Amino acid sequence: MKLTRSRRAILVIGFAAVFPWAGHAESLAIRNCTWCHGVSAHGYSPAPGLAGQRREYIQNQLKNFSEHTRDNPFSRLYMWGATANLSPATAHGLAFYFSTLSPQAANDGNRELEAEGRSIYQLGMPDSNTAACVVCHGPNAEGVGEIPRLGGLAYTYLKRRLEQWGEGYHAAARPPMPRIASKLSANQIEALASYLSFVK
Amino acid sequence: MNLIKATSRLVILTIAFSSAARADAVSKQNFEAKIGYCQDCHGPSGQGYRGFYPIPRLAGQQTEYLENQLRAFVEHRRTNNIMFNVAHNLSPTMIRALATNFRHFNPRPLGGAPKNLVAAGKKIFEDGVPSANIVACAACHGPDATGKDEFPRLAGQIYPYVVKTLSNWGKERGQIPGKPDTSAVMQPVVHSLTKSQIEAVAAYVSYLR
Repeated sequence: MKLTRSRRAILVIGFAAVFPWAGHAESLAIRNCTWCHGVSAHGYSPAPGLAGQRREYIQNQLKNFSEHTRDNPFSRLYMWGATANLSPATAHGLAFYFSTLSPQAANDGNRELEAEGRSIYQLGMPDSNTAACVVCHGPNAEGVGEIPRLGGLAYTYLKRRLEQWGEGYHAAARPPMPRIASKLSANQIEALASYLSFVK
Repeated sequence: MNLIKATSRLVILTIAFSSAARADAVSKQNFEAKIGYCQDCHGPSGQGYRGFYPIPRLAGQQTEYLENQLRAFVEHRRTNNIMFNVAHNLSPTMIRALATNFRHFNPRPLGGAPKNLVAAGKKIFEDGVPSANIVACAACHGPDATGKDEFPRLAGQIYPYVVKTLSNWGKERGQIPGKPDTSAVMQPVVHSLTKSQIEAVAAYVSYLR
């Protein structure tokens, strides 16, 4: 669901009143994110797209980085430092700002695996007791609340993230992701990452 | 002598075990894998989960209700693509075993419903809405909302699930006209309930323990 232009304008105005720096692309806090996540926040490998990501999810992840519970190598290398001195108010402001930007699909997966990925995403695999992603992440992989948007994220990011759940990273996150992702085979992960990279 | 005794005992035991295994087609391994599958979405203690779609609480639910619903998904009496897919390859023995499993779980309700609606919901639950000829929910679901047989437990059920279910009743339940089921009992009730009454009742039951 896309925000209407007027609703977005209201959000941005309201946001700018609370965070006066937010209206400027030059604002330091936003600039520090967009160095890696891209000037339009559409992602720049390996940094994922943030545009249109769920506000609660971004905020929650920033907290996870600063508390060191999200602990994969790139998080340790980049995000632990980036969030070390982030105040809750700034984290909230950044999460709000990026959630209002329009997402753009990375379109960088393997087209031949798209159909298989869609089937896993939409229907799950009852024979191997693998849950359907759609139930929590939504029919267009748009996410809700603390559950992230997956649609349009980059293939390599999605693939590594799914692999890392099974490898035990970010184990302090609430279930179900560590359990569900660890049931996926390497081929199934590639299919899911491919499909999701094309979802608008 | 002892060897013969031991051998015959072993033979008897082997026969006993293999016939028991045949009678109960659900192996421990398959059962535990399937329970884990339920828990991936419905929560480790069956407490329910707020995903993009609300995923109902199963903890403490009536065995007969869960069995009937799993069959309803398979028979298309209850519309739900995801749950059809989940349930369509379960054996009757597995369905029975799964339905029994969550009966004795008792986690705290998930909470999160608007508290200001609880008092109005309690009144509807206990007294019904006489002016609209709506019976008290307690009449079938019990004074503690713990349900009985095919009438489900509502206590602790997550708020968005109850709201969605009552709002969509006629589109989700009893979908085979020639094969009416228990869901028909609710049809006149949900037809008469207003949106705000649905939200009030859903808020009330969601906090019951």
